Amino acid sequence: MKFSERLKAGVLLDNPVFMQTIGLCPSLATTTSLSNAIGMGVAATVVLVCSNIVISMLRKFIPDKIRIAAFISIIATFVTLIQMLLNAYIPALAASLGLFLPLIVVNCIILGRAEAYASKNQVLPSALDGICMGLGFTFALVLMGFFRELLGAGTIAAGIIGETGIRIPGLFENAATMMILPAGGFLIMGFILAAIQKIMSKKEDK
Amino acid sequence: MFSLPASMGLTDILSLAIAAILVNNYILVQFLGCCSFFGVSKKTDTAVGMGMAVIFVMALASAVSWCVWYFILKPLHLEYMQTIAFILVIATLVQFVEMFMKKAMPAMYSALGIFLPLITTNCAVLGAAITNIDSEYSFIGAVVYGVAAGVGFTLAIVLFASIRERLEVTSKCPKCFEGFPIALVAASLLAMSFMGFSGLSIPW
Repeated sequence: MKFSERLKAGVLLDNPVFMQTIGLCPSLATTTSLSNAIGMGVAATVVLVCSNIVISMLRKFIPDKIRIAAFISIIATFVTLIQMLLNAYIPALAASLGLFLPLIVVNCIILGRAEAYASKNQVLPSALDGICMGLGFTFALVLMGFFRELLGAGTIAAGIIGETGIRIPGLFENAATMMILPAGGFLIMGFILAAIQKIMSKKEDK
Repeated sequence: MFSLPASMGLTDILSLAIAAILVNNYILVQFLGCCSFFGVSKKTDTAVGMGMAVIFVMALASAVSWCVWYFILKPLHLEYMQTIAFILVIATLVQFVEMFMKKAMPAMYSALGIFLPLITTNCAVLGAAITNIDSEYSFIGAVVYGVAAGVGFTLAIVLFASIRERLEVTSKCPKCFEGFPIALVAASLLAMSFMGFSGLSIPW
């Protein structure tokens, strides 16, 4: 499969969050703002790519019966690395991701790709697969984070473009704080999924 | 040589339990365990089964990971191994529980067995183990917290499953909302009602 096709599959057609509905916990919990969403997406992508590469390299040596435990230890190693790096260099992000940083370990997307792809394919395709799926995950988080921040705080990209980001006049003063709260996370996710189903059904009609 | 957290009084433990079940409900407030929340909530009886399995594993995992942290990792200054150690403890524990149940309690195994492998990758279990350490709960506190978080999980998943069962039969919603999206909207309403508990303070 060509890289562009694979990218399209990872980001759109097989998007892990929107199409396969896995990895929901981080995509609901860490998308209160765009900067958190990007941070989580990039951290998970790095772990996904690294663990895919290592698992693919070791795929002939890992006995079949204990493969899940082996995959988890490899993933946990990279998560620990990322955790230490973020704590050292971007402590603010590490603090706002909080518990969800170590919880990348149990992100179903990463273990799922290890089991479904990296354990059966060569190193380079596995790395590409990791990049594409990781980008798909990041894309989903960014979409969620963008809308939740826009509606819930009335800003765009706070913490990325300056301290306060772009304030939307009218929305900033009357922000619906509920959108940043858990209830809003479920709601926005539901509406995005509904929009996707609508677009898909229109495509099928054509 | 071990420095253990201070022991907790009964009131502390009670308020901890209520907070974990209602105020900081694992699914609806903290988003921990969402995968299984949506995955196994189509029928009420499977939801109950999953909930029971989670309570059981969470209590065990809280106890074991607490011991691992205070008797192995901390004295040896291996704090940075927390994530790796805990996930391996949980994975092994789940496997062990599965084997033990199969042999000793076949009735329980046939009811809960299929949910057990799913629990390894349930972030709620690892989340509880890490929270216990971060909040410096005593051993009893950690076990109570594990059980209470599990009870909160069960409460949310059973409520949600019953809503979904009704949705299947009675709801008329726009076509594009059918299936997963409307379930998410329902979860949102449930989360909103749980927000009411956030002002709850324990009077004693």
